[in-house]
Amino acid sequence: MAQFFQQFPTVFAALNVGFLQTLKLFICTLLGALPLGLLISFGSMSKFKPLSLVTRLIVWVVRGTPLMIQLLIIFFFPGLVWGKPIWGGGESGRFLAATVAFIINYACYFSEIYRGGIQSIPVGQHEASQVLGLTKSQTFFRVVLLQVVKRIVPPMSNEIITLVKDTSLARIIALQEIIWAGQSFMKGSHGIAGQIWPLFFTGVYYLLFSGILTLLFNKLEKKLSYFKV
Amino acid sequence: MAILEVQNIHKSFGRTEVLKGISFSLEKGNVLSIIGSSGSGKTTLLRCINFLETADTGRITVDGDVIFDSDTQAKLSPREKRDKQLKIGLVFQQFNLFPQYNVLDNVTLAPRLRAKEREDYKKNKKQINAEIEEKAKALLEKMGLSDKLQNYPCELSGGQQQRVSIARAMALEPKILFFDEPTSALDPELTGEILKVIRELAEEHMTMVIVTHEMNFAKDVSDHIVFMDHGVIAEEGRAEDLFNNPQSERLKAFLNNYD
Repeated sequence: MAQFFQQFPTVFAALNVGFLQTLKLFICTLLGALPLGLLISFGSMSKFKPLSLVTRLIVWVVRGTPLMIQLLIIFFFPGLVWGKPIWGGGESGRFLAATVAFIINYACYFSEIYRGGIQSIPVGQHEASQVLGLTKSQTFFRVVLLQVVKRIVPPMSNEIITLVKDTSLARIIALQEIIWAGQSFMKGSHGIAGQIWPLFFTGVYYLLFSGILTLLFNKLEKKLSYFKV
Repeated sequence: MAILEVQNIHKSFGRTEVLKGISFSLEKGNVLSIIGSSGSGKTTLLRCINFLETADTGRITVDGDVIFDSDTQAKLSPREKRDKQLKIGLVFQQFNLFPQYNVLDNVTLAPRLRAKEREDYKKNKKQINAEIEEKAKALLEKMGLSDKLQNYPCELSGGQQQRVSIARAMALEPKILFFDEPTSALDPELTGEILKVIRELAEEHMTMVIVTHEMNFAKDVSDHIVFMDHGVIAEEGRAEDLFNNPQSERLKAFLNNYD
């Protein structure tokens, strides 16, 4: 027990550094995947058949294969096959590769949520907008969008909380996120070795983080409860 | 001169010909009801006139302006189409109010967006929007909704929602107001309040076209009746003539169902 209290400050500091990387990956993924997902959903709903077919094919492949494999392919493929690693070396290169893989993967999931939300808006909303002389873009931004947001908050919160935990997959390309930091105390780091509790302790970070997100999403849902769709 | 002239409208969905050449006209200030059984094409006709469907052939003129001509329709810009669209208003069976806006904003949204296209908008922004709001409030007062301006559609009864949607359509000052079965989504005890509103509008000589299943109402409020059957106008005429002295067997059979 005394040893635990002695080790705790060192472990805590190292885990915080790892968590910062986790958080960075989480935020960069959202910043890229939220808008990219919207573009992909427009592509998959396009009336131009070749575009919607290609988009749906990509979404199928990305959603149908493990994110871990996608991470490995995106990280290693350029170096192994083309003979030139495009990601640059070191931690920043690994972070860039991981971010790209996560953005592509999550944009595909988000696109399906957006598509479901957009297509669930009754056709009457579009027709009413049309007979009132609204343009297509006015109809989307003034009439449809907020209704879509309201409808997709529950599935989006689900997906985003999954993302919190999925960031741990970046461990596979040795990104120094929180799992990597926790694991390092097993083989030895900062003068501590053979300890597994730091790895277990990382669970507390995930739990707290997803707890905060859950509260935020509940707040958003409440804020949008003044109207019914 | 007729304010509305509909000439030779044809519309097919795939191989099914729903409208087989519809022509009629309507005088300014008159009320026309379109009756007929389900599947006779009356809603499709209304949707063609309101641009929710594109007729395969035909021509529609409102107040001397051609708003639809199947030969030239494809060449119109979206802006031109919208300008033509706004000569007529439509009240839906399902109201189709915008759920995230309160009653007042539902009525002012389209006029506000429309006003932004005016050349003097930047200069007189405040005044223009104040006028739009005043007008919307006056319309809503007429609909008996002055105490509901800040309410959201989900807080209103079906009848109240339909009255908001009538005010919303009228806020753009259409020359003709169309109603697509305006009481069909309402409980029987709520249909009366909508029929009363339409009757009041008729007394003010608002030009209206009403697709309805309410025969007594149609007989009472309309100047002119069009009876549709299998995509054609089977009979038309003055309301009292048509109801009291139907000529065709099909209309006789149809009216018998309502007795």
